[in-house]
Amino acid sequence: MIAHKSGSLTFFTPDAVDNAAGQFFDTGISAGFPSPAEDFKEQRLSLDEELVKNKEATFYAKVSGQSMIGAGLDDNDLLVIDRSLEPANNKIAVCFLDGEFTVKRLRVSKDEVWLQPENPNYPIIKITEDNNFLIWGIVTNVIKKV
Amino acid sequence: MFALVDCNNFYASCERVFNPNLIGKPVAILSNNDGCVISRSDEAKALGLPMGAPIFKWESFCKANNVTVLSSNYPLYGDMSSRVMSILKQYSPEVEVYSIDESFLYFKGFDNYDLTKYGLEIKSRILKWTGIPTCVGIAPTKALSKVANKIARKYPNQTKGVYVMDTEEKRIKALKWLSVEDVWGLGRQLSKRLQTKGCKTAFDFTQLPDVWVKKNFSVVEARLKRDLEGIPTLKLDEIITQKKMIATTRSFDYSYSDIEYIKERVSTFAVSCAEKLRKQGSSCHVIIVMLKSDKHKKELEQHRTSTSVNLTYPTSSSLIISNCAISALMSIFKKGIQYKKAGVIVTGLVPIDNHQLHLFDAENPKHQPLMKSIDSLNAKYKNNKIRIANQDLKRTWKMRQDRLSPRYTTNINDIIVVK
Repeated sequence: MIAHKSGSLTFFTPDAVDNAAGQFFDTGISAGFPSPAEDFKEQRLSLDEELVKNKEATFYAKVSGQSMIGAGLDDNDLLVIDRSLEPANNKIAVCFLDGEFTVKRLRVSKDEVWLQPENPNYPIIKITEDNNFLIWGIVTNVIKKV
Repeated sequence: MFALVDCNNFYASCERVFNPNLIGKPVAILSNNDGCVISRSDEAKALGLPMGAPIFKWESFCKANNVTVLSSNYPLYGDMSSRVMSILKQYSPEVEVYSIDESFLYFKGFDNYDLTKYGLEIKSRILKWTGIPTCVGIAPTKALSKVANKIARKYPNQTKGVYVMDTEEKRIKALKWLSVEDVWGLGRQLSKRLQTKGCKTAFDFTQLPDVWVKKNFSVVEARLKRDLEGIPTLKLDEIITQKKMIATTRSFDYSYSDIEYIKERVSTFAVSCAEKLRKQGSSCHVIIVMLKSDKHKKELEQHRTSTSVNLTYPTSSSLIISNCAISALMSIFKKGIQYKKAGVIVTGLVPIDNHQLHLFDAENPKHQPLMKSIDSLNAKYKNNKIRIANQDLKRTWKMRQDRLSPRYTTNINDIIVVK
């Protein structure tokens, strides 16, 4: 794998192993020179590996609405949620609040929990004892179509 | 030591993870075809909704008591189960997945561990990561871990869902508490016989003489008894309750006396058994076909029958199993009877790659690759597009699932939506 740095972005290009013989012959090849690339093979990049750190605890959700556009969560984006992570101040969490799922930024102080939208048109929500509330999981990645 | 980790009301719990509105409310899950209740939340149990309740009889009860009734969502339960089981493998190298919602763990060399603490950690990780509540029973043998688990489940306040049976005193107390019909692996018939002999509790059962148990029951029960006495006898992956078998049995939508119709059904059931065999990597030696008339139509002639075919070589080929099942069916079918139910059971299972070669008889070597191709095509195109010719091609078996929840974890269009 080769890395190119350009400004703040790093591009990864898979090794160009350009050998036409690297095809699968299920009839078997009787004899021949073994591929010289065989010893240098690397795993192809896998998004699953990049995005899913704990596969038992990872779930997906779809964003509906505009309340988190400031954090880059747009309508219809796909969220990667890791339930194994501990909720903490400033994390973006999927919560269940009074009958529906919501995604907001957690604001946790000593004994108060607030759900902060990332859109000035939406109010910040204070969680009280009267709320039916649970933190369902922590958002680790956003996948969007462009 | 062994641990038994059991998911509480598993199917109902899976539904609650993705629909937290159901938490604290009565929930009931129905069997395939929305027939009867197969999983209930504690709240539904407390209302008196019985296990196995046919929903058509209990519909108004559920409405009146606000019980949420759902079809079974096996893709969801299967995925949640594999998450739970894979977490368990982080806690012991030796895990036996016993069923969709319970596993045995073998703790070898864990002598210095605080097992109560360890059990609580297992429980809390599964709950946090998957949302599924569990109970953990830990004891010196498999059968006792099952008992310890029952105690953990029954007394959540005292045990916090984890019970370690680590003294002789605890073992005896537990066995005296457990009535004999609740002993794992004894079955209803056996426990009835034991009760007539004055054997009321699990403890009473362990007090019977070994010789008597072996003589009156079988070596299986004798081994179970030793396990309950605290002597590790049953090993991981040892099946004690049933001989391994795979079955597909189903009631027809109406009663049929037409042999052609029943042949088609039996062939389809046989093919389904063969598929299940291949899925778990087994072959079978014995094929059993059973046939039943409608027991609710007392005015008609009744006929309940079954027969078995023994094969000289084990197979998982749909073609062979279907052919054998049909010839078995022809030998038991009686003209003029209205049949309502049929089934195919395969048993005498061996691993596919562990065949004992037969001197004169062998499976056509073309069958295995053929089955592989059929399986991969059917996996790709769904609804069993490839069938054998004695199956009805037009019939698409459609399960009744009127109250199905989304496939939250296995279909991208069904994932939860967050605002």
